Amino acid sequence: MRPLTEEETRVMFEKMAKYIGENLQLLVDRPNGTYCFRLHNDRVYYVSEKILKLAANISGDKLVSLGTCFGKFTKTHKFRLHITALDYLAPYAKYKSTQDCRKVDPMAIVVFHQADVGEYVRHEETLT
Amino acid sequence: MEGHSVEELLAKAEKDEAEKLQRITVHKELELEFDLGNLLASDRNPPTGLRRAGPAPEAELRALARDNTQLLINQLWQLPTERVEEALVARLPEPTTRLPREKPVPRPRPLTRWQQFARLKGIRPKKKTNLVWDEVPGGADPMEDQFAKRIQAKKERVAKNELNRLRNLARAHKTQLPSTAGLHPTGHQSKEELGRAMQIAKVSTASLGRFQERLPKEKAPRGSGKKRKFQPLFGDFSAEKKNQLELLRVMNSKKPKLDVTKATNKQMREEDQEEAAKKRKMSQKGKRKGGRQGSGGQRKGGPRSHGGKRKGGSGSKMNSGPPGLGGKRRGGGGGGQRPGGKRRK
Repeated sequence: MRPLTEEETRVMFEKMAKYIGENLQLLVDRPNGTYCFRLHNDRVYYVSEKILKLAANISGDKLVSLGTCFGKFTKTHKFRLHITALDYLAPYAKYKSTQDCRKVDPMAIVVFHQADVGEYVRHEETLT
Repeated sequence: MEGHSVEELLAKAEKDEAEKLQRITVHKELELEFDLGNLLASDRNPPTGLRRAGPAPEAELRALARDNTQLLINQLWQLPTERVEEALVARLPEPTTRLPREKPVPRPRPLTRWQQFARLKGIRPKKKTNLVWDEVPGGADPMEDQFAKRIQAKKERVAKNELNRLRNLARAHKTQLPSTAGLHPTGHQSKEELGRAMQIAKVSTASLGRFQERLPKEKAPRGSGKKRKFQPLFGDFSAEKKNQLELLRVMNSKKPKLDVTKATNKQMREEDQEEAAKKRKMSQKGKRKGGRQGSGGQRKGGPRSHGGKRKGGSGSKMNSGPPGLGGKRRGGGGGGQRPGGKRRK
């Protein structure tokens, strides 16, 4: 387990900024506690300071997961965002969901994604 | 006629001589100060001539320089000369002017281990002579070579001093000496030590071990690359947060600029490709002037509509250069026959 390097942080932020834009700094700098990103086995976990200190007591090979997994770095160092990050990204999303479509002004951008409930089932083995 | 010319020649020669002598001797109110060791001549005469000259004293300056140089050369000719490899050379005296320091004053070095100890104990350097009556101790083995023994002892002392010098240097620069555990063959070394020693020996060639052959069944050493250093797990949380926010700020500030440049370049490249393709088509068909004029007219309309379609593209097109320049380029492309590559600036 280790913190992310400059390069890795940049790649990850660029990916996340496509979904939540400038609200990313609200994720980094949270008013109700210090949260940080840590890398473990190529996966990026978003974890509060308290949980991090507890997880540090577990040896690396026995540690499976900590906090929330936001995504992972592939073998070629590209960042893939996982659905487990949805809970944290949804409040800050730039583009409106289907429900808000009805109440939004005509110039807003709407993302229409048919369905990906399947991702939880498809990647059940690998999601942590 | 000849007599005239001879007389004239003689008179001319005499005049030249007189001029030369005049030139060699220079009259100065105050004598110059010479430092021949530095080839230096200092002129303390008041520069009245220069002041009279006005805003452009070029000629006066040149004359002054010539005079002073003449005086310096006169002095040099009076020095004792000698012959060095077929060249006549003057021997310069010691320089008398004291020049300032070339480099800054050296900073004081940290004391070596011995110096610290001596200072602590109050030991002063004591001179002792090397001469002894007879180094051979009384009950020595007659077969033992005392001279070889002396040379060996000196080698050991020299090596020990060198090691201490390097250690002092490392301490002064606050670095570490490379560890030599396992490199002294004692016969009681562990497997790891021997492995390390072998590795070091392999890398200690001029090519840093790149062309050393391995034994038939020897495997390549793994993990001999540079070890990466990461931030500590619980580093300073606030510092980490600050760095990330700074990174975000930089990312956000950079965003729009790149978009515009990329869009412009992309568009220009596409236009280039279109033009090249059309040109090739026209030349293949064989239609010369008329065809090209027509295609030139067409091209004027086409890319502009492309610029309108792209988001922010039309704005960027205007930024890339004044519209008049763009227009001239189009016209030039349509009218003249010219080789392909000579367009974009």
